[in-house]
Amino acid sequence: MNIDSIKNGIVIDHIPAGSGMKLYDLLGLAKLDCPVAIIKNANSSAMGRKDIIKIDADIPVDLDIIGYVAPNVTINIIRGGKLCEKKSIGLPKILKNVIKCKNPRCITSTEQELDHVFRLESEEGKIYRCIYCETKAAPEAE
Amino acid sequence: MRHLIDIQNLSVAEIEKLIDTANDIIANPQKYSEKCRGKKLATLFFEPSTRTRLSFEAAMYELGGNVIGFSEAQSSSAAKGESVADTAKTISCYADIIAMRHPKEGAPLVASLNAGVPVINAGDGGHFHPTQTLADLLTIQREKGGFENLTVGFCGDLKFGRTVHSLISALSRYKGLRVVLISPEELKLPSYVKSEVLKPAGIEYVQTTSLEEYMPELDILYMTRVQRERFFNEEDYLRLKDSYILTPEKLKTAKPDLSIMHPLPRVNEISVEIDKDPRACYFKQVLNGKYIRMALILMLLEDAGKI
Repeated sequence: MNIDSIKNGIVIDHIPAGSGMKLYDLLGLAKLDCPVAIIKNANSSAMGRKDIIKIDADIPVDLDIIGYVAPNVTINIIRGGKLCEKKSIGLPKILKNVIKCKNPRCITSTEQELDHVFRLESEEGKIYRCIYCETKAAPEAE
Repeated sequence: MRHLIDIQNLSVAEIEKLIDTANDIIANPQKYSEKCRGKKLATLFFEPSTRTRLSFEAAMYELGGNVIGFSEAQSSSAAKGESVADTAKTISCYADIIAMRHPKEGAPLVASLNAGVPVINAGDGGHFHPTQTLADLLTIQREKGGFENLTVGFCGDLKFGRTVHSLISALSRYKGLRVVLISPEELKLPSYVKSEVLKPAGIEYVQTTSLEEYMPELDILYMTRVQRERFFNEEDYLRLKDSYILTPEKLKTAKPDLSIMHPLPRVNEISVEIDKDPRACYFKQVLNGKYIRMALILMLLEDAGKI
């Protein structure tokens, strides 16, 4: 399968197979009017299968969302048809408005305008806690 | 700007400084009677709590300051739908420091992120109540002379009792602590407090359902209320409720210098006969609560450059 190479844009590589669409939704890529390609279940020597997202525009993407959904992805920045930057992300220390606190006693349950902010407590266990009420959120939970 | 939202916001050295100031206030009240002249404390109590609010207000008056505020959400703009952030911004225009109680967890943190003056958490739901812990620590320091090498028994509702979790967490920073956890099976200390506080600090602890078993070893007995609504069935409550009522009979094997503490309000878990026992410290705790709040108000106002 061939996807045209991009001139100026971003390639999010090494997304765990099955997480590509979730990332597409969370990043709000449906709202873009530039070409966006999602490649599902591509062969990967390191991962077996992987998803890839190619965005044919040099736009800012929320690295926190990417790091939360798929901390081991590689971000390739393409300019003039060439790879100009390659970066790994890891789990973000702070998550802002990526997940919601589900504790009904939390202040965020009644004050809708508040940002939902979680702080990384344990990288190993991928444990995030709401900064307001300290309720634990599993990284996969939404 | 410094705020006090969680007891963990304070280092051991800062807690010791607060305790030193509180002890100095007790010894020399006149020295502090004008320290906050012209300053205003706003007590924003979105749910009623007579003791805590009056303690803060008495503390500010004894520092020579004034108090404004409200004692329930119905008499505030919250009833009109104002957000905590807006309330904090508004009150910052009137007051020099805020003490806030709110039924929702994290509300005082939201206030501190938006206020232009220091914010003290006066209790946010079942979450934090740092000034109660400071009052407990001052009481322990005054009764025992320090925090090291103490055997502390916590009795009653150890599952939902935020004062217990907070005090264990604060005491875990000192050497030689031994903890005796006395509760019915249904109200045992949550496993996360054991795994995140007791075990990492290497604190020796035992769990028992008997109030009498470890009584002779205790230096401090911290009583809490066993509430009927915490039980799944009435039968269990009726079976257990009397086991955790402290009576002179149960104190027979206790040390002569035991300190009996309780965050109050008490219902029936400490027999009124104990009030006459010199080992009863719970009303001293209330008084110490006012002094430590005075020390805290001073520290935060000084830090903010207001006094």
